[in-house]
Formats: sequence, structure tokens, C-alpha cells
Amino acid sequence: MIRGINSKRGWALLSAVVLVAGGCGASSTPAPGTPSPSLPAAATPSPAPGTPQAAATQAPTIAATPVPTEGSTVPPSSEPSPTEVASSGPQASGMPTQLGPGEGAVKILAWPGYVEDGSTDPTVDWVTKFQEDTGCTVTFDVFGTSDEAFNLFKAGDYDLISASGDASGRLVDGGYVAPVNVDLVPNYADVVGALKDQPYNTFGGVHYGIPHGRGANLLMWRTDVVTTPPPHWSAVFDPASPYAGKVTGYDAPIYIADAAVVLMQTKPDLGITNPYELDANQFAAAVDLAKQQRPLISEYWSDYTKEISSFENQDSVIGTTWQIITNLLKAEKPPVPVKAIKPEEGSTGWSDTWMLSSKSAHPNCAYMYMNYEVSPPVQAAVAEWFGEAPANLKACDLTTDPNHCKIFHAQEDGYWNNVYYWRTPTVDCGDGRGSVCTGFDDWLNAWTDIKG
Amino acid sequence: MTTLATTPASRRRRAASFLYRRPRLQLALLLGAPLFWLVVAYLGSLAVLLVSAFWTYSAATDTINTKPSLDNFVEIIQSATYRTITLRTVGMAVLVTLTTAVLAFPIAYYMARVASRRVRNMLVVAVLLPLWASYVVKVYAWRIILSDQGILNWALRPFGIQGPGYGDVALWIVFTYLWLPYMILPIFAGLERIPQSVIEASGDLGGRSAQTFRRVILPLAFPAVVAGSIFTFSLTLGDYIAPSLITSTQFLGNVIAGKLGPAGDVQFAAALGTIPVVVMLVYLAAARRLGAFEAL
Repeated sequence: MIRGINSKRGWALLSAVVLVAGGCGASSTPAPGTPSPSLPAAATPSPAPGTPQAAATQAPTIAATPVPTEGSTVPPSSEPSPTEVASSGPQASGMPTQLGPGEGAVKILAWPGYVEDGSTDPTVDWVTKFQEDTGCTVTFDVFGTSDEAFNLFKAGDYDLISASGDASGRLVDGGYVAPVNVDLVPNYADVVGALKDQPYNTFGGVHYGIPHGRGANLLMWRTDVVTTPPPHWSAVFDPASPYAGKVTGYDAPIYIADAAVVLMQTKPDLGITNPYELDANQFAAAVDLAKQQRPLISEYWSDYTKEISSFENQDSVIGTTWQIITNLLKAEKPPVPVKAIKPEEGSTGWSDTWMLSSKSAHPNCAYMYMNYEVSPPVQAAVAEWFGEAPANLKACDLTTDPNHCKIFHAQEDGYWNNVYYWRTPTVDCGDGRGSVCTGFDDWLNAWTDIKG
Repeated sequence: MTTLATTPASRRRRAASFLYRRPRLQLALLLGAPLFWLVVAYLGSLAVLLVSAFWTYSAATDTINTKPSLDNFVEIIQSATYRTITLRTVGMAVLVTLTTAVLAFPIAYYMARVASRRVRNMLVVAVLLPLWASYVVKVYAWRIILSDQGILNWALRPFGIQGPGYGDVALWIVFTYLWLPYMILPIFAGLERIPQSVIEASGDLGGRSAQTFRRVILPLAFPAVVAGSIFTFSLTLGDYIAPSLITSTQFLGNVIAGKLGPAGDVQFAAALGTIPVVVMLVYLAAARRLGAFEAL
């Protein structure tokens, strides 16, 4: 009973549909904070054609499969058997004492560059091997800031998260993550001592995760535009900067700490010792400095692809960055001339932890992945790809650049004295001053005011 | 013969006569699904939004206080930042609406009253075609056009001029580009509806073309312009992707998105979300007085 549609009515219908589609498109597109190209992970393992770098670094470990040695291990081709999980998976009250077979899947929320399946760069792929070894299909999403990560993890059904120190405490307090039995992660034994039992991964003597690695936020500039190398962070806060309108900053409240680091050097009489423990006076000074920086900013970034395009097109020529962004810019064709340093006064930075969801539906695969991610070959690959110091020092022998661990000071504890790992600011200063510090709610509000 | 009663055709007929005798049921079946959608999914979510705006959230402790309070609204009203952001957003919406109206009117006029049937159809397609491309792609395209090393600066360089770069001016250009079709189409429809006889009558009574345009066409088409402005105004008011990609200043849309996503403060976002609702209510009331709804 299909009746002919007359052409006039057809037109009206078409325009209506188009209008509606246009409207929907505008309102249902993903937030720009989540870079859509890298968002949906390859659900099915697609063996990358040529993986010279990954293959080279992973070759020595074929014997050391990431499957834990304890408990009943799974043959690589085993089918997921979700019914067995209940008996061996973590109970709500405590930690598992042994691992069961894999559930066939694991869902991960990670910083960009921490979980790579060859979709960013075909030579950077450690997920495929894990999937082949364990039968756990990896899906992952990336995030741009700890605040974004916290809210995504809260709402989503993720098994694992790579949490920086400004998310880990909130995740534990909210009950979103479970204690981790480090005995089920054999590679934990090789993690550098300086990263174990830290206030951002161990709470009340209970381990809440496996250290991933650490790094510093760097000061990057385009060498073809900024010809005199800026030695200090103050270069991006100076109102008289010749690069006004071409400066970039990190788009998160935690960036206020970067202003506090500058104040530690330029205004020592403020007495700031930790950029996340600021009393009202110190906080006001940091916010003022950030506001002073505001007119210099071309655009803030939290999506790392935005900073890449911004530097590529010279919309920004100087500002804070991660090593991976510098690496990606240098890998462009033609390479973007950039240089990144950790200024001598120190820097904010991160020390990240793999944490397990308290509602994880795939705890066995999650444990296997945690162990895999801190295994020497993966640590070597991820540390070089992201540009950070690995947590597992055995990785240092496997990096393609034999000096990687030296360059990133993996074993040199003195270097890290002035790298201030991201922490959630709390009212309790954490030192002798008591509860006079500025809490995270105030940081959030101040950030809105700074951006104006 | 007994099987006849169960053939599809006869069943349909029986159902039809059953419904014919019950006009209320007929209406309920017809409007049930769309009304459910409108009332529950659409107005219902607005109601939830309103309720949660009176709750408060603490990011430090990650707790929601469900005791009704005006704290969020007090904070919004007392904060100079949110006042600036609201004014900036409304100002941008007004500016974009005026610009699109000025640009759209001549195009719509040509389409409706001058162009031949063929040219008109081609123009309609030309106006609608950009709407087929993803909105995000278009915003990114503008990012590339406007960037420091972009095509705009390249084209302007011989004249010694610099493009606007990223910022509010760039955003004004992008919004104007994005929403132009939503202004052209209602004006086109409005102009097309003016009977030729009215214009001829104006000429017969001695009205020159400028006079006819000002005193006959413009008043008759004005409600259509207002109708189009509802689209451009509300779309600009609520958009958050274009501002976050084109400028680093904050607009209502991206402050709300920031409160929702990164900050997780759904309650404060809901309170902020009432600002565009109130602005739009005022705008729609004004549009109604100007006869925009008759023109839709």
C-alpha cells in the first residue's frame, strides 16, 4: 500500500528531517575533551602488520607470559567462563587470594598512550599480544584530565583505571576502587621502591593499586619562534612576555599548582613548600598569577590532540606539555621544531597507579592486565612511548634507547625531589598547619574564575 | 467460509470499525507514543533538572546533599564570573542572530521572489547541503581555516591584514556560518507566502520599490525573521563545542559541560542550565508578541 509522495511534500519532509538531524548533531556529539578518533578501542585484536619496535622489546618475554603464576592459569585459547568468576573473583569484603580463569574481556580507562593497540601508531602495540596470551579482549577509553577520569570511571563499567594522585584518593574515598592483592601481580616485586607504599596508592596500609610510572610536566616551545630558550616557568606567566597570545596552559583546576610552583621560586616569602597544600593567602597568590597569565593564553588544552594541532599551526608556541606530545610533534612530517625541558625550579608531574574497580565484572582479566602492564617489556614500551620513567626497573634493559631510564631519571631519586606529583588538594594541609588549606571545591571554583 | 473471519483483511476491517466507534481510543493510540515522549522524556527530564538544581555537590567529598537549598543559585548570582559569562553568551546569541538575519534576508528574498524555479531549487539544495555534513567536522574545518598558519591568514597576508585568530570574533564568524541555513529557510518560506497581488497593489497605489519593500514586504516577512531568530538564538545560547574549539573564553554551554564532565557537579550544572531556559522563555514570549508563531 505504498502511495506516491508528491514532490512538494517530499521537499518539506526532507527539509524537516535535515533540520532535525542538524539539531541532533549539535547536541549529541561527544564532549571535545574526549578525542573521538582514539576513543573506541579496537574490540577485536587486529595483528599489526609490522611491529618492529614493539616486537623487538617484547621478544625476550615470550617465556614470561603475563598470566600470574599462582592459581589456575588459563591456556591462551580458553573460552571465557564467567560462571567460575564468582568463586575466585574478589569479594566485596576483601581481596582475592588467587586468580581464576580470564573472563574474556577487560575494559580500561587510561591516560592517552598507556594502552596502545596499534591504532595510534601501528608500531606501538602491546594490547594485541596480551589479548593473544590471555584471551581477554581489551577495550579502552582515554581521558584528558584526572577530573574527567574520575567522573567517567564513576559512571562507566570500567575494570581498570590509570589514576594519577589527584584522582586516586577520591576514588578510594568514594569506594570506587578495590584493594589489590599485590601477591597476585608477580611483577610488583620489581617496582622501584620509591613508588611503593606512597600516600597516593596505599591507604591505611592497604594497597590500592600497582604503580605505573612517573614523569614531570614539561615546558615546551617552538624553537623556530622562541629563539632564546626560556629557562623558567615564569616565561609563560610573565605579562610582558613577547609570546603573549601564543601561550598555552593545561585546562584543569590542578593547573593552579603550576602557578604555585612559579611562586615557590619568585616569591619565597609566601612559604609555599607543596603546590597542592596552599593556605588561603598562598592560594590567592597562585590564583592571581594564573589570572595574570590568562590574557597571554591562546587556548588551554586538556585534549592532547588539541595541543598538537595548536603547536603545529603556531597558534601556541610555548607552554606546558607532556613528553608524549613533544614526541608526537617531532614525529610529524615534516617535524614540528619543538623542545621541552623540566625547568630547574621543578615542575608539577604525575605518579600513576593502576587501580581496580570495586564493581569490576572482569577481575581476573584486570589482574592479568595490571601484571602485564608492569611487566618489563610493556613498561619499556610504554615508558618510551609516553616519555616517562618506568615503575619497573627491569624495563631499563629493554628500552630501544639504552639510556632511556637515565634520561628520565628512573632510578635517581634526587631528581624527583622537585617534581610535585598531582594530588587532590584537601582542607587538611597534611603537615603541621592543620585544616587551613584550600580544598578541591575551591580549586574548581577558582578555575572557572581564572578562565573568566 | 469459516476461515474468512480470520483473514488479515477482515481482521483489519473489524479493528477499523472497532476504533471507529471509539474516537477517544483512536486519539489515545495516535498520540500516546509522541505524548509519552514529550511529557516523560522531554518535560520529565527538564523537571528532574530543575529539582537537582536545588541540591548541592561537594567534589572534595564526592557527596550529594539532597536537602533543597538555593546555594547554587546564590553562587551563580553573586559570582561576577557567571554574570560575565551569561552576558557574553546572550550578547553572542544576539549578535549572531542579527548577522544571520542580515545575511539571510537577501538570499531568501532572491530565492523566493526573483529566482526561476530551477535556480530556486538549486539554491534550496545549496542551503540545505551543508547541514548534511557533521557539525563537528565543520567546526574543526573552521579551526583550520582560522589558525595562525591557516588559509584565511594566507589569503589576507598580501593585503597586510591578519585574521582574527581564535577568540570571540572567530566564534562569531563560525556561529554565523553554522546557523545561517536555519535563518534562510523560515524567511524563504515567509517571503514565498506573500501574495503577488499585495505587491502589485502597492505598485498600483504609487508605491515605489523601496517603499513597497519597507512598508509591505518587510512587515509581512518580519514574523518569519523572528521565527528564524528563535533557531539561531537558541542554538548559539546552548552550544558548547564550537566555543571550546574556537575560543578560550567561556560560554554558558561549555561552563555547563565543564561542570558536568570534568567536575562531575551535575547539580551546579543543572542550576546553570536554568539560565538559558529562563532566557529562552523571555525570548519566546517576545517572539510570540511579534507574531513569530503564526509564521512557523
